[in-house]
Amino acid sequence: MEGVIIIENIKKLLDSIKRPVRLMEVCGTHTVAIFRHGIRKLLPEKILLISGPGCPVCVTSVEDVEKAMAIARNEDIIFTTFGDMMRVPGIEKNLSEVRAEGADVRVVYSPMDALRIASDNKDKKVVFFATGFETTSPSVAGTLFEADKLKIDNFYIYSAHKLVPPALDALLGSGEVNVDGFILPGHVSTIIGSRPYEFIAEKYRKPSVITGFDAEDILQGIYMLLEQIASNRAEVEIQYKKVVREEGNPKAVELMNEYFEPSDAYWRGIGTIPLSGLKLREKFRHRDISSAIKINISFAFGPQEPQGCSCGEILRGLKTPDQCPLFGCACTPESPVGACMVSTEGSCAAYYKYGGFI
Amino acid sequence: MCLAIPSRVIRIQDMNATVDVYGARRDISLLLLPEEVALGDFVLVHAGFAIQKVDNDAAHEALKYIKQIIEETEEDEL
Ligand code: SF4
Repeated sequence: MEGVIIIENIKKLLDSIKRPVRLMEVCGTHTVAIFRHGIRKLLPEKILLISGPGCPVCVTSVEDVEKAMAIARNEDIIFTTFGDMMRVPGIEKNLSEVRAEGADVRVVYSPMDALRIASDNKDKKVVFFATGFETTSPSVAGTLFEADKLKIDNFYIYSAHKLVPPALDALLGSGEVNVDGFILPGHVSTIIGSRPYEFIAEKYRKPSVITGFDAEDILQGIYMLLEQIASNRAEVEIQYKKVVREEGNPKAVELMNEYFEPSDAYWRGIGTIPLSGLKLREKFRHRDISSAIKINISFAFGPQEPQGCSCGEILRGLKTPDQCPLFGCACTPESPVGACMVSTEGSCAAYYKYGGFI
Repeated sequence: MCLAIPSRVIRIQDMNATVDVYGARRDISLLLLPEEVALGDFVLVHAGFAIQKVDNDAAHEALKYIKQIIEETEEDEL
């Protein structure tokens, strides 16, 4: 179906629903895509798109960033990370500043690059800052598999991995979030498939559609959500059939589960969500830098969000970035106050870049 | 951060492959891929690993869109 026709059909469906509809796009890549394609401007006003917690950079806790910096400061350590994490604020500093002070912090494109660095620097411990959702954690598991196969013993990770379904469960369970349906992430779902989201329909009676990233995909996904709402159905559907299968990628999931097990995790701005993170299984603890060295941080467990920053409310879909008093004045992509402004996929950064059109 | 990019397989050696994406070559791992690939196939690549096979048409469509994003998000790592 072509864009224009889909929009016509969306309008017709919306008329039959007879009330405003609030849809949450869970994934930061969708947030950016929706702005880029100007989707909000194409849609009737009665469809409100709100951004959710789906940017792994934004939800990495201050504690994890502080620990990453403490690890990086060790003289016999080479600390490797995805580039996005470099400017995520800890309490006072970020990884980029710690590097400027002399720590050996290197940006990598893949955890396999970090493994190569380990193989070339046997006298150092090489640590990979393992961040990201289910799209990324299998790659880290794959790298650990290679490390064992190649007997590279000086390779470690610090896991701050997060899982998408438990976060949605927590969000819906809190009762604070008022949404009629979910635009579910495409590439996370390439790995996990559609089944882990079934609770959204069963427990909360909300429709959800796993959606692709081009304009037509997104419009089609919204249309499928409206169809469910109009006919009072609640199911998990797949719009992004090109790469998402119901069973996901079983091989990737198996490897991820072999190395990692779910653990409670603290999401920046949201709080602790039970079993929403990944830690290494007992058998692989020797790859966990936390068990190899003592990590010294003076850190009181808790939110530690920068004062005045509304990231928490934004990640839960309760506020839009332009409702934050710091947005665009004290907080810009050049000098970000909160994590939502740091990542290119953060809601605040996307709003800033694309003009804050709601 | 969760973006995966369709890339064309131009060399395969055991569980490793070289892919071409926008003319750049990258070595990736096929460890996570649930099915066999052949030379010329497109795979979705994330963080150095192929995570799914994609058919050619879908890959070309996605590549067009992703190119625009890459151009816009200067320092984004993918
Ligand atoms: S605009 Fe800046 S300070 Fe406000 S919520 Fe976003 S990141 Fe936080």
